[in-house]
Amino acid sequence: MTLVAFWAFAGVAIASALLCITRRSPVASALWLVNTLFNLAAIYVLLDAHFIAAVQVLVYAGAIMVLFLFVIMLLNLGRAGPTDIRGARGKLVAGVAGLVLAAELIVLRLAAPPGDLQLPAGAVAQTVAAAGAVRAVGQPLFQSYLVPFEITSVLLLAAIVGAVVLAKRRL
Amino acid sequence: MKPLAGSAADWVGLAILLPFAGFLVNGALAFLRPRAKRLVSVVGVGAVAAAFAVGVAVFLAVLRAHPAEPYVRTLWTWIPVGDLRVDAALQVDQLSVVMLLVVTGVSSLIHVFSIGYMHDDPGYARYFAYLNLFVAFMLVLVLGASFPVMFIGWEGVGLCSYLLIGFWFEEKEKADAGFKAFLVNRIGDFGFLVAMFLIFAHLGTLDFREVFARAPQALVPGGGTVTAIALFLFMGCVGKSAQIPLYVWLPDAMAGPTPVSALIHAATMVTAGVYLVARSNVLFAMSPTASAVVAGIGALTALFAATIGLKQWDIKKVLAYSTVSQLGYMFVGVGVGAYAAGIFHLVTHAFFKALLFLGAGSVIHVLHRAYHHTHRTADAQDMRNMGGLMAYLPWTSRVMWVATLAIAGIPPLAGFFSKDEILGAAFARGAADPFYRVVWAFGLVAAFLTAFYMARLMLYTFHGPNRTGDLERPHLAEAPWVMTWPLVVLAGLTVLGGALNLPHVGTLHRWLEPVTERSAALLPNLAPATGVEIGLMVLAALIGVGGIWLATRILRPEALVPPERAPAETGFAKLLLEKYRVDELYDAVIVRPLVWLARVVLWKGLDAGIIDTAGVNGSAAVARGLGWLGSRLQTGQVGTYVFFFVVGAVALLAALLR
Amino acid sequence: MLLGPSLAVSAILFSLGVVGVLLRRNAIVIFMCIELMLNAVNLTFIALSQRLGLDGQVFVFFVMTVAAAEAAVGLAIVIAVYRHRDTVNLQNINLLRG
Repeated sequence: MTLVAFWAFAGVAIASALLCITRRSPVASALWLVNTLFNLAAIYVLLDAHFIAAVQVLVYAGAIMVLFLFVIMLLNLGRAGPTDIRGARGKLVAGVAGLVLAAELIVLRLAAPPGDLQLPAGAVAQTVAAAGAVRAVGQPLFQSYLVPFEITSVLLLAAIVGAVVLAKRRL
Repeated sequence: MKPLAGSAADWVGLAILLPFAGFLVNGALAFLRPRAKRLVSVVGVGAVAAAFAVGVAVFLAVLRAHPAEPYVRTLWTWIPVGDLRVDAALQVDQLSVVMLLVVTGVSSLIHVFSIGYMHDDPGYARYFAYLNLFVAFMLVLVLGASFPVMFIGWEGVGLCSYLLIGFWFEEKEKADAGFKAFLVNRIGDFGFLVAMFLIFAHLGTLDFREVFARAPQALVPGGGTVTAIALFLFMGCVGKSAQIPLYVWLPDAMAGPTPVSALIHAATMVTAGVYLVARSNVLFAMSPTASAVVAGIGALTALFAATIGLKQWDIKKVLAYSTVSQLGYMFVGVGVGAYAAGIFHLVTHAFFKALLFLGAGSVIHVLHRAYHHTHRTADAQDMRNMGGLMAYLPWTSRVMWVATLAIAGIPPLAGFFSKDEILGAAFARGAADPFYRVVWAFGLVAAFLTAFYMARLMLYTFHGPNRTGDLERPHLAEAPWVMTWPLVVLAGLTVLGGALNLPHVGTLHRWLEPVTERSAALLPNLAPATGVEIGLMVLAALIGVGGIWLATRILRPEALVPPERAPAETGFAKLLLEKYRVDELYDAVIVRPLVWLARVVLWKGLDAGIIDTAGVNGSAAVARGLGWLGSRLQTGQVGTYVFFFVVGAVALLAALLR
Repeated sequence: MLLGPSLAVSAILFSLGVVGVLLRRNAIVIFMCIELMLNAVNLTFIALSQRLGLDGQVFVFFVMTVAAAEAAVGLAIVIAVYRHRDTVNLQNINLLRG
């Protein structure tokens, strides 16, 4: 059952991605990307990452993509203008590169993960069920990964300042 | 018998130092105060005269000590490299002391003569500087205790020869003559170097004492090695002492001032080759082949040069070819194994040839002065412009007749005894080996021709009617006394020099015995039987007299015409005048192909074509090309950059997947 | 059980992102394709965390944070460039040409 659901979501995600990269209008691309992100969130749920799925929808699809749309609107790029997709040569090059890369990555995935690091199947689901989705992620976040967490806040501060400065009309 | 250590022999280095100091002082004066002629003269002559005094002191020390082995005075360590150890050392023995006296003595007289001859020349200081430097180097050559030290002197005198031949270098001909001398000498020097390499390779040392002590045991007598060594050494001699085929520089060297010709190209530098063979007598005695080559080339050169001298009009050229011929005699002497006889002729030749050149210098000086007064440009060296000068230059003509008789081999003058001893040794050796009979015959014919052409020179210059010109005649007078008294001294030496080695007394022969005894053991007896000896002496005297008599009979000085109006020579005479066109032959066969090779192949083809085009310009072009390629990558297009990014990542992944 | 297919999907999404970056000239669309690539990597992390521990999910958290910061700054740059050059077509933004 989960497998069917998985393939359904995965299929839609891939199709949306394909559409995203081939639409002429930037707004259309953005919206198809949002669709992809939603389907990915669903796959995350199937993979026992409930909290992350929620965060994906909230942050990624909700904030970042909205930011994208705001900028497109600000710069008045919404309408489908003359196409910005490259010519035949560009398409060929991109296609070949993409195919090669996909082949390599699939070959890579055929390698099995190291055996002694594998948890028993369902262990994560159990943890999530026992401690709750938020606590399951929050605990390592605030204990083992506290320092990266704090540093990330500094990073966000830098990003805010940078964005404000760069986008000012007059420095 | 006093040992040499602690005697005057310890100061032998001073003989080199004094002329060298003279060079430095006169050189400085040449730059700073070129008109301080009196100071230059005092320094120049004084340095060499002082060296002569040192030479006399050393000679007296050697006389008292009678050393059986040479005395080596080491000054400092020069080359200590691995197995090779060469010290800056001077050697005092009977042979080097003879050379020391001859070089410094004759040099002093020529320096005095030069004061008069070069008086009006603006390069006065420079001249004396070079002349002093030459004496210093020549003494290094004769006093050196090893082959490398001698080679320093060898090269040094070559350098000074170049500087002095091309003294008036503003005239291209004269500069070219200097260059030619240096270049041809260099060819011989290559032989000297190869010989040194061979000696070191086989004997492990380059000191004279060691080499000559080890050679008889270490090398196979008559074998290939010792013959090769001797022949390569002789190659150096052929260049330095102007034998066939490298004599061509000496006649051209007459472009230099006449005292230079007297000193360098008559008395000292050119005799360095004879000295080398005499010094290396052990090596040459061990190789009959090499000795035969030496004697053969000497004899051939003696005859060849004598024939050319028959038809030359320039007084200095006659003397130049005469020098080449007499050097041939010296090589015959050392080639047949009569080393003492060769050195004897070297000494007597130094006296009378220097005298002849200086006398010619006097004549040329007087003619120049006369032409200067009448503002006429004519060749002051062409004998057709001379004639009847005995009336005007009595002293000069008399001493030159003394020298002419000496060189013709008239007894009891010096030249007779020395030449006779050489020919006697050749004849004696010829009893066993007919080759030496041929050598002796060549020498005899050359002696006849020598007498003839010298008498010709004297007749055309000093006798017959005067052809200089009516305007110049009142200005013809004897040269200044400063130029004439050295001639008188040399004439005295020429007359008395025979006493150095009279037959059966053999003073010089016995004096040089410690130097030549090792080789004498290897050679057959070189003294002809007494009856034969007397017969040969009579024959030699007759030939000398006969040559002079024939010249007076068939030559007509009154028929001579000044060169502008002289008819062109024809036939064999023309060939002789043009010195058998040997220079032209060398030019066509050697010089021109080499120049062509250098210009076309090496310069245009290799240097400009390949190295410049491919190497220098090519690497620049490659760099430019690579730069162009690199700049194509800087498109400024982010898309291109991303593409390369992705390509790189894909490649990395592929590598990691392996 | 879902590990294999997840990784395959991730691979495909990543490749699509790369194709998009190489194919488009509009700066903002390229940015979106980069976001697509980041999401593909997130999927890999989550898929593997099922068997290797919750650290994967924590890491995804961080990735998202950084992606947010990056998007903010990057779009600010695009706005600044648009103000000067009046275009977001990467072909025309080539002042770094050598």
